[in-house]
Amino acid sequence: MTTARRRSYGVKGAPYAFLLPATILFALFFALPIGYAVYLSFRKVHVSGLGLGSGARKEVWAGLENYTGALTDSELAHGALRVLGYGCIVVPVMLGLALLFALMLDSDKVRFTPFTRLAIFLPYAIPGVVAALMWGFLYLPDVSPFYYVLEKLHMPQPDLLDGGPLYLAMSNIAVWGGTGFNMIVIYTSLRSIPAEVYEAAKLDGATPLQIALKIKIPMVAPSLVLTFFFSIIATLQVFNEPMTLKPLTNSLPLTWSPLMNVYQDAFRKGDIYQAAAEAVIIAVATLVLSFGFLRAANRRQKQEAAR
Amino acid sequence: MSSLAVQKAPSAAGTTGAAQGRPPLRRRIALVPTLTLVIGAIYTLLPVAWVVIASTKSGHELFSTFTFLPGTGFADNLKDLNAYRDGVYWKWMGNSALYAGLGALLSTCVSAFSGYALAMYRFRGREAMFNILLAGVLMPPIILAVPQYLLLAKADLTDSYLSVLLPQILSPYGVYLARIYASAAVPADVVEAGRMDGASEWRIFTRVALPMMIPGLVTVFLFQFVAVWNNFLLPYIMLSDDEKFPITLGLYTLLEQGANTPALYTLVITGAFLAVIPLIALFLVIQRFWSLDLLSGAVKS
Repeated sequence: MTTARRRSYGVKGAPYAFLLPATILFALFFALPIGYAVYLSFRKVHVSGLGLGSGARKEVWAGLENYTGALTDSELAHGALRVLGYGCIVVPVMLGLALLFALMLDSDKVRFTPFTRLAIFLPYAIPGVVAALMWGFLYLPDVSPFYYVLEKLHMPQPDLLDGGPLYLAMSNIAVWGGTGFNMIVIYTSLRSIPAEVYEAAKLDGATPLQIALKIKIPMVAPSLVLTFFFSIIATLQVFNEPMTLKPLTNSLPLTWSPLMNVYQDAFRKGDIYQAAAEAVIIAVATLVLSFGFLRAANRRQKQEAAR
Repeated sequence: MSSLAVQKAPSAAGTTGAAQGRPPLRRRIALVPTLTLVIGAIYTLLPVAWVVIASTKSGHELFSTFTFLPGTGFADNLKDLNAYRDGVYWKWMGNSALYAGLGALLSTCVSAFSGYALAMYRFRGREAMFNILLAGVLMPPIILAVPQYLLLAKADLTDSYLSVLLPQILSPYGVYLARIYASAAVPADVVEAGRMDGASEWRIFTRVALPMMIPGLVTVFLFQFVAVWNNFLLPYIMLSDDEKFPITLGLYTLLEQGANTPALYTLVITGAFLAVIPLIALFLVIQRFWSLDLLSGAVKS
């Protein structure tokens, strides 16, 4: 009797024991920092007199001051606009290519797939910093093969690290780095479609293109929604690539993306309060945008299903 | 292993083609898909090929010869890289291996515990816990990294190995994957049988469940290894002593210094080339017994 009771007690406590490490780590490195960031975003340093002496600098409540400061910060707004423009290029192109490659991998009689699949996936293993570095050199007229070819053909040689082309140059790095992983996600869900689903369509004489458009793409729609969702989040957080391209060009401000702006405010200007408010705003904006997309996509899917 | 591996795509060409004599090429190979994928592969391999070739060039050749022509300076570049600040480059590589290797190992353990608990037990607060953990995926790294830095500074832990290692142990995506693998690979009646035999929960986990979860856990390990190896923001915020830098941060500082001195370009390029070798090698080796599909959480039994 006692052993049975003890055993059932052991079973009951076991999941909590197994979850203990994750819970502690979550509390220390997720919950606490987020709470602290929110707390800091409502604080500021009050300087009395000349700011000299030990009691002259005091942390006090700031109300919404940091938030109004962040929202009226033109650097942050410009950064947000830049990243929105960048995201409007990156997300559709990257996922379009990922879907295209996944469909091609899934089609009949295609050759060299183990090689091409691995090659297209390869950039996943390459750090964003190294990717930006490699492409950065390929964008430099002095060392780039592209410019060499353009020169030989007497074609105009645009400056890829300035103005409008800079967006394309930056987007290209993200597309290059992200297509492979998304391709694998979509391809995996393509292969989970049972073959019988196509058989009827094939017997009716449907072309591969028709099968792809009418059957395959609708069936992988959930994984497309998911990749879209995560791509939006990742794109709004862009930091590594512009940081790495920065040393190669003068036309990239240190506040190019909102995250770079937060870094500047926190560690270069030393205003952690304003930086915390900005970080909170970015987090909220990211969640609103990505979940807004998810809700819209779900509603659409329900409508389609109801039709 | 086989219980988790996703079945291979049917190899399309060859078998039927050979049997029917020599049918026209178009029937044996689907030209458009094959070409599209080959073009895609060329696009992804192009910068890698460039960095391989550029790393063989001396500083002079880099700016004077056609970019896809191999140079003669690889040995010298390597020597320069070794000599740069007493071989700090290799220190960075070692640091990256430590952060990524140890970090991914600890992360895999935590994910295995949590995923197993979430998959195999019914308990109060299970779904809430899972959802809260998953919400961690959605948190922008900056909203975590800045306060993490400030909090670790209070504990006097910034600019240390721990400051980069600790925040990356809990991986929400790893927990999510481990939960999927555990529920797919570990049959509930096997666990129940273990209980009937009077084995403790810990013993059932280590002796019965863990071996079944190994293929999935390899994926969690790889995923986290890549994530830590590629991370830049966290070490950039946490570290100032370049002896503790990982390779991403090291290369970045090298590039930053090299921006004004093109002589350092060859160092950066050679460094970038050597930095991508370990991960590419890791993937090529692991490809043989591991399916990429596992990364998306796909499991077939």
